[in-house]
Amino acid sequence: MSTLSQKKGVGGTIWDFMTTVDHKKIAILYLIAGGIFFLVGGVEALFIRIQLAIPSNDFVSAGTYNEILTMHGTTMIFLAAMPLLFAMMNAVVPLQIGARDVAFPFLNLLGFWLFAFGGLFLNLSWFLGGAPDAGWTSYASLSIASPGHGIDFYAIGLQISGAGTLISGINFLVTIINMRAPGMTYMRMPLFTWTTFVASALILFAFPALTVGLFLMIFDRLFGGNFFDATMGGNTIIWEHLFWIFGHPEVYILILPAFGVFSEILPTFSRKRLFGYSSMVFATVLIGFLGFMVWAHHMFTTGLGPIANAIFAVATMAIAVPTGIKIFNWLFTLWGGSIEFTSPMLYAVAFIPSFVIGGVTGVMAAVAPADYQFQDSYFIVAHFHYVIVGGVVYAILAGVTYWWPKMFGKMLDEKLSKATFWLFLIGFHLTFFIQHFLGLMGMPRRVWTFLPNQGLDLGNAISSSGAAFMAVATLILLVNIIKTTAKGQKVGGDPWGDGRTLEWAISSPPPEYNFKQTPLVRGLDAYWIEKMAGNKEMTPAEPLGDIHMPNSSFIPFMISLGMFIAGIGFLYRNDHAWGDIVGIIGMVVMFLSMFFRSWIDDHGFHIHKEDLVDDDKEAKM
Amino acid sequence: METEQKLTAETFPASPEKATLEGKNKFTGFWLFLGGETVLFASLFATYLALRNSTMSGPKPEELFDIKLVFAATMILLTSSLTSVYAMYHMKNFEFKKMQLWLGVTWLLGLAFLGLEIYEFRHYVHEGHTFTSSAFGSSFYALVGTHGAHVTFGLLWIGSLMIRNAKRGLNLYNAPKYYVASLYWHFIDVVWVFIFTVVYLMGMVG
Amino acid sequence: MTTNQSNSDNPRLNLDYRKKRNAEDMKMQVISFAMMLFLTLIAFFAVYQEFSGWYIMPVIVLLAVVQVIFQLYYFMHMNHKGHTIPAFFLYSGVLVALLTILAFVTIIWW
Repeated sequence: MSTLSQKKGVGGTIWDFMTTVDHKKIAILYLIAGGIFFLVGGVEALFIRIQLAIPSNDFVSAGTYNEILTMHGTTMIFLAAMPLLFAMMNAVVPLQIGARDVAFPFLNLLGFWLFAFGGLFLNLSWFLGGAPDAGWTSYASLSIASPGHGIDFYAIGLQISGAGTLISGINFLVTIINMRAPGMTYMRMPLFTWTTFVASALILFAFPALTVGLFLMIFDRLFGGNFFDATMGGNTIIWEHLFWIFGHPEVYILILPAFGVFSEILPTFSRKRLFGYSSMVFATVLIGFLGFMVWAHHMFTTGLGPIANAIFAVATMAIAVPTGIKIFNWLFTLWGGSIEFTSPMLYAVAFIPSFVIGGVTGVMAAVAPADYQFQDSYFIVAHFHYVIVGGVVYAILAGVTYWWPKMFGKMLDEKLSKATFWLFLIGFHLTFFIQHFLGLMGMPRRVWTFLPNQGLDLGNAISSSGAAFMAVATLILLVNIIKTTAKGQKVGGDPWGDGRTLEWAISSPPPEYNFKQTPLVRGLDAYWIEKMAGNKEMTPAEPLGDIHMPNSSFIPFMISLGMFIAGIGFLYRNDHAWGDIVGIIGMVVMFLSMFFRSWIDDHGFHIHKEDLVDDDKEAKM
Repeated sequence: METEQKLTAETFPASPEKATLEGKNKFTGFWLFLGGETVLFASLFATYLALRNSTMSGPKPEELFDIKLVFAATMILLTSSLTSVYAMYHMKNFEFKKMQLWLGVTWLLGLAFLGLEIYEFRHYVHEGHTFTSSAFGSSFYALVGTHGAHVTFGLLWIGSLMIRNAKRGLNLYNAPKYYVASLYWHFIDVVWVFIFTVVYLMGMVG
Repeated sequence: MTTNQSNSDNPRLNLDYRKKRNAEDMKMQVISFAMMLFLTLIAFFAVYQEFSGWYIMPVIVLLAVVQVIFQLYYFMHMNHKGHTIPAFFLYSGVLVALLTILAFVTIIWW
């Protein structure tokens, strides 16, 4: 029976979402969870800026400040930015390639629950003795010595979350490799799919390094290991290498999908195809490849020696080249286009100069001797916020607005969206531009306060004022979402009017099976080609037939719960006798759930041909 | 549904593991996973290489490692890799019972390998070489122990497959599962080749 | 190359062809196994006979690499059709692996 005609109560809807393996619903799960963590990270940012608004402030203590700044960074990167990007990838990529779901729908849900439980685990630290306080980078000498369990929450929480990310990365890779619609060669894939593909490859190769690093940290802190303990022959720099071998590709994992979002939005609202598609693909792949060669530029001041520093400096500068290619291609896309300044387009246009500013300060920092001045100062804080906020956050705000109607069947209010945009733009630049100068004037990062009359007062005050703007912008966005959900206007398949890619060829939201018949792709911007040829819909590539769909499952929740319980147990193993026992119980729950999943036959169900024809009739009514 | 049709040796596809979309996805997905595992083990190898001289006051590798034991373990695991190839050969020929037989031999060899390793570790602990005794100790057990954990998981995996499918015979639903399990088994032999070379042989050279 | 797909419509003929191809493949596997055994023996022999460390280190690593190539291409069928993507991703993983190991044996202690 078609789900269009099923009604559910609140309990039923919650269960549906907890057990769904439908990529579109999982996207909504990521959006909600990522959104909540974005607010948490945002409140942490507000506390930072309140503390630093005036010199010698005591809004929070030094120790608490360290916890807040650590959690701000960790939450924003791992629990907000990545899940929100995953939300868009889940919502859009299968549609863009003409597929009915991802390659492993069950694992897709597992990836979500692992992320959610990992995020929960990490944030439990606030209530259980204190959050981690060694920065989001948690360097070994400091974090090994950190009393209390904060760092353990960090390491175990990220380990659980990271497992989910790795699984999802593989999922998207296989989906894109094996499940493209007929006619969609690699060079006919939309750019957002390409960037998802390369970012997923980066996830595949970067996360195992983090996995090992976190295990070593857990072993040293909880199991008596000696990896980072110099008195037992260990070496603390091992942590830094493992962390940054992961960490540098991680920032490309964040920015490549962001680039992909803008590569969709700019052509759509310029009414002109993306300039230089092949070079955009090439640049994306090159950025991905080079991203693995530059990690030690985060370690210039650790004494690697001039030769190592020089090699990494040059490699880092090289990455600016393919990035520059992209910037020019975006500008050439805009040139001569028929531009419509919708709110996603406003973000896209604001992104270009903002990201370039962040990029050029990155090249400045790539000059190793100069980095000796910039390292650990507010200059670096300004740099990475310009690229992450000006790049990733803008892309998330733009992409969520752009694809909202596709996901929910309603458009967000454009006026409110534009208000969010302008307030956020002003706040962002107010907060972070001045920080370049604060850094150059000598203000170190991760300091809980500063003394008056050192030339830092005005800059910090300005920086803090910007935070208020961003907070208001976020509130307006929340109001927008609530208002739209309550009484927005329903929209059709192509609500922006100029959709070029396959996701706009089906209804909003799409039926559970996405495409009644897999579409035939005749070239790049597949839907645009059909539109220009005068067709209202895509040409089907197969006859109408029964559609095979996967079953929902509670098991991903159980597997993740098991890992969570194991984490709690092992965290307390040196404090309580029950620690190891609970830890093992958790592992058993996890493995038994996995075993159960593999043992039972779950062949899914079929939607019959006859119901598909009925769905069509209902949709037209 | 196509995965439940009655198959014979003639109608069984040439590459049964890739004959369905699910099979193709499992095949591709697992190879990708092995790419990630390569980086995982490389990080553990790298850590071991960096810390292998930090024996502190504990026993050194040359004093600990017994070439005969390592050689025996290596031969056992290498042979088990061959027997799992035999199993896949029979799978391709639609000879279910022979496939199960050779998987069973693989399983027993794997168990023997684990047994030797446990015996080896117990001896080391007795000699004062433990996870907590030095950075060398921690990195040794992290690397070799992770490999051993992978072998254990592989045994659970292959064993479950054999028991679960004992009454069903081969079909297009379980063929990819067997294939992927055998890829995993080969991979852990690949890792062992580097372990015996880098940890044991290099350790015995000094 | 080395696929066991035949072109005829006669299932009995197909089966015979496929069985023959599988048997040939199996023969290659056994030869590979013999090679791997041989490489392993050389490596252990060199250490047992206590040749010079400077000579042994690169040689046994080389032997390991060759043995792994045999595993990948014969036991894991990387020489069969349809392995472009697996090979590409595995080699990418190997590249990242090599970079990591290189860093750890150089700039960690220098």
